[in-house]
Amino acid sequence: MLNIKGLTVDLEEEDKQILKGVDLEVGAGEVHAIMGPNGSGKSTLSYVLSGREGYEVTGGTATLEGEDLLAMEPEERAAAGLFLAFQYPVEIPGVGNMTFLRTALNAQRKAKGEEEVSAADFLKLVRERAKTLNIDAEMLKRPVNVGFSGGEKKRNEILQMAVLEPKMCILDETDSGLDVDAMKLVSEGVNALRSEGRSFLVITHYQRLLNHITPDVVHIMADGRIIKTGGPELALEVEENGYANILGELA
Amino acid sequence: MALPKPKQDVTDARLATLTLPQGALWAREARAEALGRLTAMGLPHGRDEYWRFTRPDSLNAPEAAPAALFDGAEDDIFAARETLHIVFTDGVFDAAASSALEGTGLEIARLSAAMDADIHWAREFYGKLEARGQSPVARPFAALNSAIATDGVVIRVTGTADRPVHITYRRESETADVALHHVIRLEEGAELTLLENGPAAARLNAVMEVDVAKGAKFHHVRTQGREHGRRAATHVFAALGEGSLFKSFTLTANGAMTRNEAVLWLDGNDGVAHVAGASLGDGKDFHDDDTVFITHDALGCESRQVFKKVLRNGATGVFQGKILVKPGAQKTDGYQISQSLLLDGDSQFLAKPELEIYADDVVCSHGSTSGAIDETALYYLRSRGIPKERATDLLTLSFLAEALEEIEDEGLADEIRDRLEGWLARRRG
Repeated sequence: MLNIKGLTVDLEEEDKQILKGVDLEVGAGEVHAIMGPNGSGKSTLSYVLSGREGYEVTGGTATLEGEDLLAMEPEERAAAGLFLAFQYPVEIPGVGNMTFLRTALNAQRKAKGEEEVSAADFLKLVRERAKTLNIDAEMLKRPVNVGFSGGEKKRNEILQMAVLEPKMCILDETDSGLDVDAMKLVSEGVNALRSEGRSFLVITHYQRLLNHITPDVVHIMADGRIIKTGGPELALEVEENGYANILGELA
Repeated sequence: MALPKPKQDVTDARLATLTLPQGALWAREARAEALGRLTAMGLPHGRDEYWRFTRPDSLNAPEAAPAALFDGAEDDIFAARETLHIVFTDGVFDAAASSALEGTGLEIARLSAAMDADIHWAREFYGKLEARGQSPVARPFAALNSAIATDGVVIRVTGTADRPVHITYRRESETADVALHHVIRLEEGAELTLLENGPAAARLNAVMEVDVAKGAKFHHVRTQGREHGRRAATHVFAALGEGSLFKSFTLTANGAMTRNEAVLWLDGNDGVAHVAGASLGDGKDFHDDDTVFITHDALGCESRQVFKKVLRNGATGVFQGKILVKPGAQKTDGYQISQSLLLDGDSQFLAKPELEIYADDVVCSHGSTSGAIDETALYYLRSRGIPKERATDLLTLSFLAEALEEIEDEGLADEIRDRLEGWLARRRG
C-alpha cells in the first residue's frame, strides 16, 4: 500500500534536515504505529506524505499503490486515497461542516471520474457515520471545527475519514488532548474502519492509544530515521522503560 | 468664510449646471436650504482629510462619465420573495414595473408626489438628518442630493410591515446621472425590512434618511450591482430612539467608484446599531470606500461596524470608521472591525479606524487587518481533496462570514452568499 524508501527531507526555511532516510512499508489492511520522542520527525513524515508546503524532499521516494505521492498536489493525494487526521484540526469559520464534507467528497469523486453524491444520499451517509462517532446534528451544522472541544475536533477528523473512505489513513497524534472517553470513541471509530483494503499509520508519542487501536507493526523513530521495528510488544516496552533504553541500545 | 480656490472652482462648475426642481413650497424651501449648505461647504477636494483615500473628481464632475451597460446580469436578487417591489429605471420611478404603493402597516409614496403635496411627515423629515449629518464632518454629496433629488420613496411605517419593501434600480442608459432620496420614518414599535439592488446609474447619488422611533426595528440589505463602470456616492443617515434597532448590510461587487457613507446617531438609551459590508473587487479600476460615523449619545447603546473586503488584481478598498462617544453615554458597547483579504500583491486596503470617547464607563474596541489566504487552512482543505481554487473560494467565504452574520434573516444571508459564490466561481476560470 504505502512504500517509503530512503526519504530525506529538509525544512525549507531553515535549511535543516528533518528526515534522514526513512524506510517504511505498510501492507494492505495493516495497522502500523510510529512512536518516538518529540522532535524525531514523526509529524514531519505525515506532512510530507500529505503534501504540506514548507518541506523540501531531497531524496528517496514515497508511493501509494505504486503511484508517486511526492509528485502530486495535496488534493490529488487525497483523491488517490491518502488521508491525514490532523494533530491540530483547523478551524474554518463561516464554512459549515456539512458543506465542507460534501465539497470534499464530491471533489474526490469528480477526480476519480465518479458521479457526485446527491444531497439526500450524502445526508444519509453522514448521519449514519456520525452516529457511531456520537456526533450530533448540531455539530454537523456548525462551521468546521469552530468552537469544538479537543475531543470534538478529533472525532470530526475521524468522521471525515469515515465519509471519504480513504485507503491509507495517517493519524497524527490523534490521542493528544483527548480524555479517556474521547479516546475510546475515536478508537472505536477507527477500528470500525479497519478492513482488508485499508491501511493505517498511527503516529503517537504514547502507548495508550495503541491499547485501543492494536497495531500489527510498531516502529520507533528517532532523529529522522526508523531505528527499530517490532510487534505490539515494542510499544509496551516504550511504555515501561521510556525511549531512553531503546535509543541507548542503538547508540 | 471663503472656500479654498480649488474647492470653489469645482463647486462653481457643478452648480453652474444645476437648476433646482420645483414642487410645493416646503420642498422648494428644503432644496434651497440644502443648496445653501452645499455652497457653504463646497464639494470635496483631494486634500480634504475625509477624501484622502478616495479621489472625488469623478463624483464632482459636472457630467457623469458613461458606464457601459452590463450583459451577463443575473436575475434580480430577492426577486423570489413576496415584497412590495419598487422599480426605478435610470433613476425614474417605473410604475408599470412596480407594485401598487400600498401595504399593511405602512404608508408609502413617491418622493415627487410627496413634494407636490403637503404630507406633513415627509415635510418634517426631508433633509433633516442629512443636515444634521453635516457636522462635525461635511458630506457635500448628501447636501447636493437633498437640493436636486426629485425621485425616491417616502415611507412611514406604523406597525409591522407585512412584507419587505424591495427597491430595484435598473439601468438602460449608459450616461444616466441620478439622484435618489428616500425618507423612512418608523413610528414607535414599528418594523420594516428594506431591500435594495441594482446598479441604478452611470453615476448614482443616493441618500436615505431613516428615523427609527422608540422600540422600532429597521433591517436593511442592499446589493449595488456588478457593473464595472458604475459610480456611486451613497449616504444612509439614521437616528435611533430608545431601545430601537438598526441593521444595515451592503454587498458591493465591482464598480469603478463606490463611496458608501453611513451616519448613525444613538439618541435613545439601549439602542442597537449595526452596519456591515462585504466587498469584492477585481482589477485596478475597482475602488470601494466605506465611511462610517456612529455617535453614541445615550446610555447603554451598542454599535457594531463589520467590513470585509476581498481584493485582487490591483483593486483598492477603503474603510474610514469612527465611533464617537459623547459625554454621559455610559455603558456604551462599541465594536469596529475592518479587514481585507488581499488575493495578490497588487491590491491595497486603506483603513482609518477612529475612536473618540468622552465617557469613562464604556467598552469600545476596534481592529483592522490586511492579510492573505491562510496557508494552513488551505492545506487542510486540500488534504481533504478540495482543489486549490475551490479551497481558496471557501476560505474567502469564510473570511466574509462575520459580515454576513450581521444579516438577521438567514434566507437573505443565503441569497447574498449565493451571489458571493457566483462572483468567486466566475473568476475561477
